[in-house]
Amino acid sequence: MEHAPSVQPGLTASGDGRNRDWYIDQFFRLLMFVCGISAIVFVLGIFIFVFKEGAGFIVHQLEWAEFFLSPKWRPTSAIHATYGTLAMVAGTAAVTLIAMAVALPFSFGAAIFIAEFAQGKTREWLKVTIELLAAIPSVVWGFIGLMIINPLIIELFDVPIGLNVLNAGLILGLMAAPIITSIAEDALKAVPDTYREAAEALGATRWQVIYQVVLPAAKNGLLSAALLGVGRAFGETMAVLMASGHALVIPGSVFDSIRALTATIAAELGETPVGSDHYQALFAIGIFLFSITFFINMIADLVVRGIRNQ
Amino acid sequence: MKRQNRVLLLAVATWAVSHPLGATVMIQNKGSDTLVNVAQSLAEAYRQVQPEVAIAVTGGGSGTGIAAMINGTVHIANASRVIEEKESRMAAKNGVHPRELIIGYDALGVFVHKNNPLAEISLAQLARMYGDGADIKQWPQLGVQVPGCQKQKIILLSRQNNSGTYEYFREAVLKKNDFLLGTHDMHGSKDVVDLVSKTPCAIGYSGMAYASKTTRMLPIKRDAHTPAVAPTVSSAVDKSYPISRPLFMYTNGEPSGAIKAYLDWVISPAGQCLVGKKGYAPVRAVHCPP
Amino acid sequence: MEHASAHTLAHFQAQPINRHNQQVQRLFMILFGCMAALLVIPVVLIIFILVQKGAPALSWAFLTTFPSNGMTAGGILPALLGTIWLVAVSLLASVPLGVAAAIYLSEYARQDHWLTRMINLATINLAGVPSIVHASSGWGAFVAFFRLGTSILAASLTLAVMTLPVVIVSSWESLQAVPQAFREACWNMGATRWQTIRHVVLPNALTGILTGIILQVSRAAGETAPIMFTGAAFFLPYLPTSIMDQTMALALHLFTITTQVPEVPEEIPFGVALVLFGIVLLINSCSIALRMYLRSKKKW
Repeated sequence: MEHAPSVQPGLTASGDGRNRDWYIDQFFRLLMFVCGISAIVFVLGIFIFVFKEGAGFIVHQLEWAEFFLSPKWRPTSAIHATYGTLAMVAGTAAVTLIAMAVALPFSFGAAIFIAEFAQGKTREWLKVTIELLAAIPSVVWGFIGLMIINPLIIELFDVPIGLNVLNAGLILGLMAAPIITSIAEDALKAVPDTYREAAEALGATRWQVIYQVVLPAAKNGLLSAALLGVGRAFGETMAVLMASGHALVIPGSVFDSIRALTATIAAELGETPVGSDHYQALFAIGIFLFSITFFINMIADLVVRGIRNQ
Repeated sequence: MKRQNRVLLLAVATWAVSHPLGATVMIQNKGSDTLVNVAQSLAEAYRQVQPEVAIAVTGGGSGTGIAAMINGTVHIANASRVIEEKESRMAAKNGVHPRELIIGYDALGVFVHKNNPLAEISLAQLARMYGDGADIKQWPQLGVQVPGCQKQKIILLSRQNNSGTYEYFREAVLKKNDFLLGTHDMHGSKDVVDLVSKTPCAIGYSGMAYASKTTRMLPIKRDAHTPAVAPTVSSAVDKSYPISRPLFMYTNGEPSGAIKAYLDWVISPAGQCLVGKKGYAPVRAVHCPP
Repeated sequence: MEHASAHTLAHFQAQPINRHNQQVQRLFMILFGCMAALLVIPVVLIIFILVQKGAPALSWAFLTTFPSNGMTAGGILPALLGTIWLVAVSLLASVPLGVAAAIYLSEYARQDHWLTRMINLATINLAGVPSIVHASSGWGAFVAFFRLGTSILAASLTLAVMTLPVVIVSSWESLQAVPQAFREACWNMGATRWQTIRHVVLPNALTGILTGIILQVSRAAGETAPIMFTGAAFFLPYLPTSIMDQTMALALHLFTITTQVPEVPEEIPFGVALVLFGIVLLINSCSIALRMYLRSKKKW
């Protein structure tokens, strides 16, 4: 909270303040504190439990060069098991790229419209509907990708298969759009009205105000919105599993099928014998995913902090 | 709100303690995804035979099922392959004595789109499509033009790399060679057949039980000299179809009580008819009501 | 609404009317309007398709009977109830914790303290962790390490960890919306910090907190990946009777019948998708309605 308390609570009534109420107060202070740090505990816990399962593999077996540079993910090979994630990283990156190409212009456009142009009922309805877009469960998106978008892509683009980068990217774009829109809108609204008024007083049109005053002032917020969108698209699982084709290919076009890092864990973890190399390698992918999203979120946070300190 | 929470929590806790298993006998059944549908149907039908016995069926793959049986968390493990030596050793260490029961046979069908004119395919050709270093990439290389297939490119559908079906295909068709990178590794047998039915370019393998009207199963030649055999119940039982495999249910030691009663029912004519109805080959010829 | 002042200002300004500028402005407004509309169209389209293809499957029996004939017919009762179980248990775990964490952040913590920054960062990260990583760690922690087995409890706890940030952030926002003057007035009367929270801050923030909880319910109901390995089953012939049982769940049921069960008539998966989306939609509408009610009732 921004405001420091001007009065010290609980100290005005009695002299030393150490009555029953004081103890109750202290008890709850402690309880709230313990719950307060739970988020930290959980983030550490997630890291520890994922790391614990994958650590043996990373320490003893992992060949870094193979893990990052080989596209060959053949953990159950009868000849020679290989654990390359290059194709999955490339696939995930391609899908995220398409998702952002879809989501960013529309989300920013929608955010500008909501924050600067739309008023009253239109604005309310737009916000509500975009929120509903965020509410559609991931598995329903995957289902739609599989049943509806797949045949549509085959039909429209005359390609052999419609489960590909385009399909998954489109879906992820739509999934990431609401979060980008809402954060971008917040960033635009955070620009003080005085800026706008000053610019309009100088005779600028609404568009000039937006383009030359509001957008530059909100650029950090918009950047962090985009980053969080990237994180969202990157970590999505079920929809990509169902809509991407799940094929180990380094994509050369949007019509190639790919396999995502997340989808690989989802498809294989359930059937892998606990403790095997394959099992540990899947957790190694989990650590990798965790680290990347952690990094993206950190950067987004730093960027946001940048605005506040301005 | 706090008080309400406490009451709810208490209610849930009491319920949890007082209803450990309900009034019925519970049998945990887990394993192969190939078997999960037939196991589910058997469980569902057995409810009519023995209402007080409830059978929980979960998939997860042959390996998971066997591992769970070794750990003692399930009573019956479904497997589409024989127990591996590593697993047997593990079982011995845990004092578990796996006992296998063949409950049916599964012919692995090779599926193509219903408009695909290909008449038959040999194991060698399949290996040259699916194996590492494959050279058959286009349908015309097999002598056919597939209507509706863009660029005549073969779209290979496979399964995720730890499913029993994948392992069996690798062993029986690829002779343990690796798969080509870039196959579409679908999550379930149904997924493969569904996608084939929607994709004229595609070819995929899946249990015969998953046959549908919008796909065709190709007759398969073991080698250049033998005639092609179509996957049917009889060709699976007499082993003339080159890629069929037994399906197992594993128990810890000789089954007894409710588990024995259930397994006996599974291999009885009633159970075997259901196995046949689900598209698998029964262990022996049975006469089923239509 | 906030720009009302800007409007009036612009009105009174004696600026030369520039037709070109006005046209450009119009053009951009239309352009951005279209972009916003393009985000709305998919929602409408998806609802339309789901209703059109799924409605034939819907009936009272569909909601209240077990799947039959190898899951190719019948209803979705166990999956529906399973989802309710999972959501309820995950709420029991995450709501007290999340609200308390929000109280700490809003009422006790010093904003500029390093620990507060850490908590905020952790909350953001917890929200950003991919669902499949939550699933793997849930497996490693609850199923394997704490030996809960694959059960409703393990799956619900995984869901709870995943949805915790939603509760924390939305509760924090509604606590912050309570004017500081309320607290100070209370402190001036000699109340302790906890008494102030309990009797003044919480009652005033309750509706807002509720909104966040409802939102969490909708998130939890739609998740598939976190429950896949931790507690959801392909098929169960009975309803779960305790939190140590496995359960079916709607989201996973949709996934399994689309990928694993042969010969399912098309309207059934569409029906399941429709029910799942319908539940989420209903919950979200409640949250939106509550928020609007809250805004109209706001006293300060």
